Amino acid sequence: MHELSLCEAIAATVVKHAGDRTAAGVVVRIGHLRQVVPDALAFCWTMLTEGTSLEGCALEIEQVPVVVHCGGCGEESSLDLPLMICPACEGDDVTLLSGEEFQVASLDLSEV
Amino acid sequence: MGRFHRHADGTAHEHDGSHIDDTDHDAGDHSGYALTGTSRVAVLEDIFSENDRVAAENRALFAAAGVRTVNLMSSPGAGKTSLLTHTLARLAGRLRIGILEGDIATSIDADRLEGYGAAVALVNTAAGFGGECHLDAVMVQSGLSRLPLAELDLLIIENVGNLVCPAEFNVGEHAKAMVYAVTEGEEKPLKYPVMFRAVDTVVVNKVDLLPYLDFDLELFLANLHDVNPRATVIQASARTGAGVEEWCRWLVGRNT
Repeated sequence: MHELSLCEAIAATVVKHAGDRTAAGVVVRIGHLRQVVPDALAFCWTMLTEGTSLEGCALEIEQVPVVVHCGGCGEESSLDLPLMICPACEGDDVTLLSGEEFQVASLDLSEV
Repeated sequence: MGRFHRHADGTAHEHDGSHIDDTDHDAGDHSGYALTGTSRVAVLEDIFSENDRVAAENRALFAAAGVRTVNLMSSPGAGKTSLLTHTLARLAGRLRIGILEGDIATSIDADRLEGYGAAVALVNTAAGFGGECHLDAVMVQSGLSRLPLAELDLLIIENVGNLVCPAEFNVGEHAKAMVYAVTEGEEKPLKYPVMFRAVDTVVVNKVDLLPYLDFDLELFLANLHDVNPRATVIQASARTGAGVEEWCRWLVGRNT
């Protein structure tokens, strides 16, 4: 999708939260329903941060599986495909529990 | 779930956090795994938080003006603008309608919508968060200043033709709809699940062509149901006008 501009948004968040400290790493959580290509994001991150205060700040991508709860049979299942069907009973009364995350989860900051 | 990361030598891979079998490569560049001299600080901030903040502002503007707003999306050439000319012809005089027309370039679509009594504002998406292939909340807000929002009953945002990016951006709308043309093939909901899942309603357009196509409508509807069981489906033809009345009813009548 927009890996470069996503990296810009991530960088802005890192800078905001890091303050005077050096950010050694940033962890982003991305749900499988998001249209983000991890390799492209990593590539853009390296490119974007080179020569800036964030150079060397490692990007770690934590992928979050798609998990649904079925209102029909009550089962909680993770999905391999983005099909909103309960793998246990094949019902369609499913509610998404995770898979749409798109967050800066945490930062590794130098000790002051 | 696997953690994807990249090493200094350019290789990238996924694994869980434990590193138990970590004998074949240098572990030095693994962020987050107890680096000395650093502390991990929880942030939990949405990457789209700035877009969503502006979307909430837009939503407040719509509420203050008493205008219902629908975000209309599709692939290029599915028939959004043709459907809208029919829509305006049918609703003009009964409702005060505004169109926010998003296009990467040209005013061709905006020009096509002139003359139906609607207020039309064009947003060419050359600048803004994310570039050129969708409308985001900031771009929509910039276009709103060129519409008489307080005088409108209904605002239709015609997004950039694209089945990927527009689905990711909330712009403050009350409902999302998409136009899908039967010439696009039955498998599109499976290939673009984020878009087909994001919308409340799918207008299945160009149904007048069905006798001339190998298109399997039942298969398409089954695929759509698999990714979005709750979508409202309206079969239509922006060429003959079939289904436009049902579309207009959904457009103005649905409360979300």
